[in-house]
Amino acid sequence: MLVHLINGISLGSIYAIIALGYTMVYGIAKMLNFAHGDVIMIGGYVAFFALTSDKLNLPAPVAVLLAIIVCTILGITIERLAYKPLRAATSLAVLITAIGMSYFLQNSALLLWGANPKAFPDMFKNAEAIELFGAKISPVALVAIFANIVIMIILTLFTTRTKMGKAMRAVSEDKGAATLMGINVNFTISLTFAIGSGLAAIAGVLLCSAYPTLMPTTGSLPGIKAFTAAVFGGIGSIPGAMIGGILLGVIEILARAYISSELADAIVFGVLIVVLIFRPTGLLGKQIHEKV
Amino acid sequence: MKTVLKCENLHVYYGSIHAIKGVSFEVGEGEIVTLIGANGAGKSTTLNTVGGLLKPREGIIEFEGKSILGVAPHKVVSEGMALCPEGRRVFAQLSVKENLEMGAYTRPASEIPETLEKVYEHFPRLKERQSQMAGTLSGGEQQMLAMGRALMSKPRLMMLDEPSMGLAPILVDQIFDIIKALNKAGTTILLVEQNAQMALSIADRAYVLETGRIVNTGTGKELLNDDSVKKAYLGG
Repeated sequence: MLVHLINGISLGSIYAIIALGYTMVYGIAKMLNFAHGDVIMIGGYVAFFALTSDKLNLPAPVAVLLAIIVCTILGITIERLAYKPLRAATSLAVLITAIGMSYFLQNSALLLWGANPKAFPDMFKNAEAIELFGAKISPVALVAIFANIVIMIILTLFTTRTKMGKAMRAVSEDKGAATLMGINVNFTISLTFAIGSGLAAIAGVLLCSAYPTLMPTTGSLPGIKAFTAAVFGGIGSIPGAMIGGILLGVIEILARAYISSELADAIVFGVLIVVLIFRPTGLLGKQIHEKV
Repeated sequence: MKTVLKCENLHVYYGSIHAIKGVSFEVGEGEIVTLIGANGAGKSTTLNTVGGLLKPREGIIEFEGKSILGVAPHKVVSEGMALCPEGRRVFAQLSVKENLEMGAYTRPASEIPETLEKVYEHFPRLKERQSQMAGTLSGGEQQMLAMGRALMSKPRLMMLDEPSMGLAPILVDQIFDIIKALNKAGTTILLVEQNAQMALSIADRAYVLETGRIVNTGTGKELLNDDSVKKAYLGG
């Protein structure tokens, strides 16, 4: 039981890190960036080549850093080229563009790196599994949980203590009023995409370390599940993404272990439906009420 | 008197709708100037255009002798003017103090504590509530916050859009007293109001807007006694 729980929290931590990207971008740009899952995949490939290519053969931390940098630049570029021109367009147009961007990234990966799965190298081969109350916990699982906690603390401090972070919250509430304050809304949106995509790279590396098959569709399902986690927790809310992600991971792993591995995903989405029936804005979602 | 703001022949469109049709007006240093008019006359559109949120298709906007038409919307505030928007638009999920800090976004961090104290002097209620979420404030308090937030950028010209909207009469009096006090302290005021009576009684000069055009102008007193204004806006 304990081992399942910890594995669930670990998988959930990865979902949470991905969900943060969805939720932050939604909060600021009011759009669902369905290409987010594929940025994870790109991050995985960048780390894979950095670790395995004979020319590069970089140490793990440098490979992760490289993945973060590439994904950050990719995220900013996607926003600039695909979404920014649609700032005034209907949300449906933006949504379809995001889905198109998702296919574009997947197919680019297919073209560049082929359809064959690649075996992601074990970055933690020197670390041993840790015994905790008789349960064997893999190092990846612990790193994922630890990374999630650190990211959560940094993001919370960033959005509550720094001028830029507060400006980000202001933009997410009212772009016009934020502009009147002198806040550069376009820059803030770019920054949000940069942070979300950088986090996607970290999630990509963690995901590929935990489930070491890498292919162009690797990011799809985790992306959808993390999106579910973001909705589950209340889209737009940072702690919501964390709670939603972890709950989703735990439910998935427990369902897989005790009910049926085939039904696990159905159960996960079933829980989402039930939560949304009783709390349409998600667990920590903001109830919107305006004062007149 | 030095001219602070000069708008000439402004034309503003929403898509194909011609909302402002050649509006010209001036605001002199130290004045309180008001634009009055009915719903949909183009008052807020005019103010939002000066504040940089809308771009005019034609016309001139000069602030302290310098055109601000090419200035990016988020840089207009750095020029020295602040717009306190219609409906207050405070950041509901930010605390009162954070809202005020956002108002000083373009100012150096070192001067914020001093400006904050000055704003709290005008609005002691905001100090009491500084760590409260802005969304939990009453309508009057939100209006004070919106004005305080605009003041945080140390504007030489403050533009107020319908500050009395939705407020109880006693609060309206209070808000207008504060506007007068701000003006006495040296801030030039451009005020948009539906409450023509109140606006004209504190204004040095006023312009009457009707369907995107200026149809009348004069001192506050003149317009208060003007028959057509009385009939249209002051209830007889």
